[in-house]
Amino acid sequence: MSWFKRKKEGITTSTKDKKETPDGLWYKCPECKTIITTDEHEDNSWVCTSCAYHEKIGSEEYFALLFDNNAFTEINAGVKSADPLNFTDTKKYSARLADTIAKTELNDAIRTAYGKVDGNDLMIACMDFKFIGGSMGSVVGEKIARSIDYCLANRLPLMIISKSGGARMMEAAYSLMQMAKTSAKLSLMAKAGIPYISFLTDPTTGGVTASFAMLGDLNISEPGALIAFAGPRVVRETIGKDLPEGFQTAEFVLEKGFLDKIILRKELKTNIGKLLNMFAN
Amino acid sequence: MTYLEFEKPIQLLVEQLEQLNETAEKTQVDVASAVAELEAKIITTRKEIYANLSAWQRVQASRHPDRPYSLSYMDAVSDNTFIELHGDRTVGDDKAMIGGFGQIDGRTVMFVGQQKGINTKMRQIRRFGMANPEGYRKALRLFKLAERFNKPIVTFIDTPGAYPGLEAEERGQGEAIARNIFEMAQLKVPVICIILGEGASGGALGIGVGDKVCMLENTWYSVISPESCSSILWRNWDNKETAAEALKLTAKDMLENKLVDAIIPEPIGGAHNNIPEAHQIVKQHIITYLKELDAINPEERINQRIDKFCNMGVVVE
Ligand SMILES: [Zn+2]
Repeated sequence: MSWFKRKKEGITTSTKDKKETPDGLWYKCPECKTIITTDEHEDNSWVCTSCAYHEKIGSEEYFALLFDNNAFTEINAGVKSADPLNFTDTKKYSARLADTIAKTELNDAIRTAYGKVDGNDLMIACMDFKFIGGSMGSVVGEKIARSIDYCLANRLPLMIISKSGGARMMEAAYSLMQMAKTSAKLSLMAKAGIPYISFLTDPTTGGVTASFAMLGDLNISEPGALIAFAGPRVVRETIGKDLPEGFQTAEFVLEKGFLDKIILRKELKTNIGKLLNMFAN
Repeated sequence: MTYLEFEKPIQLLVEQLEQLNETAEKTQVDVASAVAELEAKIITTRKEIYANLSAWQRVQASRHPDRPYSLSYMDAVSDNTFIELHGDRTVGDDKAMIGGFGQIDGRTVMFVGQQKGINTKMRQIRRFGMANPEGYRKALRLFKLAERFNKPIVTFIDTPGAYPGLEAEERGQGEAIARNIFEMAQLKVPVICIILGEGASGGALGIGVGDKVCMLENTWYSVISPESCSSILWRNWDNKETAAEALKLTAKDMLENKLVDAIIPEPIGGAHNNIPEAHQIVKQHIITYLKELDAINPEERINQRIDKFCNMGVVVE
């Protein structure tokens, strides 16, 4: 295995932009409106120090939180969308992709890497919501499939961190078939007896929920995360009335029996380490 | 008969023919040659119209109110041997998803499919073919039953999507669909999936992972309906025709993009224009596919099935 270290500086992308203005040095919690410095926020794993609201974070932050010493090997980093349908809505998909890549410095909505978590080997595939709403197109499907191939070849456990608005409409049926592709690959993991942990973060909806996100040997979430097949707006339109308090939150989904656990972000790494150890011994 | 907007020229000719027959009856004039001419014209008009449908018109045809639904195929394809089986053994019996045993030329097959209602009352009961989680779990129960007794599976897909209701979310709509996709990938028996009408999103794919995935000629299959796509990407309901084109959701497009395995032709003027013929065409295709799939050993069939889906998608590096 080849290892390389990520620079500490790279971890703070989400707050880096804001630091250009003096105001950006502060983080205001959208839930309780408490204001703390961005450094305090980051030190607290991007969780509000007052009400424990878990801010949305991406692959860079999750890799830093989970991998020992933030050391990992990223695979298939260069895989990009090809716009197979030459899709145009209000903007050309190819242009949307190019702009998003430039803006986010990501190649698509998922990154895959392996390394050690509390000493346990683990492949992590982590979605990035800032890349077209974390939508699943060919790249997300392909990178998950390839990471599973790697896990199968090396008998490595897999964790997928989901954060997605669902399918990427600009890839139409190609996007739909990624549900079949990822789920079929996961059936090979199950057959081989290699653990798969699904970690559902805010938000996990649509085709991602209806495929790999709900197929974990363990399904785990973060407090307050929205987890749904049909989003709240669609359900509200269907039933024609307001939704009950807390509907489709991680706590609700746990109560309904579809999650094994909700884990606080600060305790995530230790807990994942313990669980991997359970499988291994 | 209901005529869609683009079927109006056919309606005019059919009405002319009716008038001609009426006049002939009253006046006892011999109109045989005029009738023959009109009948021939009706056939060519139907052919022409259906050969040149736009993507959006194809979507409309897939929802034609006279179009036969899954149950009618299950009965006809099995020469009325179909025995419906109910319930998911946990929550209830979802009327939007039906299934059961039937025999094709003496061989037992498990049929499963979404079912739309044939009248106002049944449309409500069958939730317009939008299944709840218990519908998907009933489907899975029947898949497993078929596998246990080594019976091939035929699914009929016709749904505007999985039901987006409150109880559906409470009972894990996402998990139910995911589980079906996952389990279908590993089924040891041959699985044939046929899109009979609408193939919308995860709701369709939840019974759509097969060795042969085929679309009838006038159907659509995609990640979202053109209407919802229009509302999300264009933020209005007026771009459904553009969305239908952009989504490449017709049988022809889906086959070209290697996202389905075959197109099953429909009778002239669509399945609704000759329902018995549509039934027979589907039956013959199922027989052909079963023969083909029987020749492959189960393990190899599963590998091929998984590989097929894993090859879907286009990326660059
Ligand atoms: Zn707070």
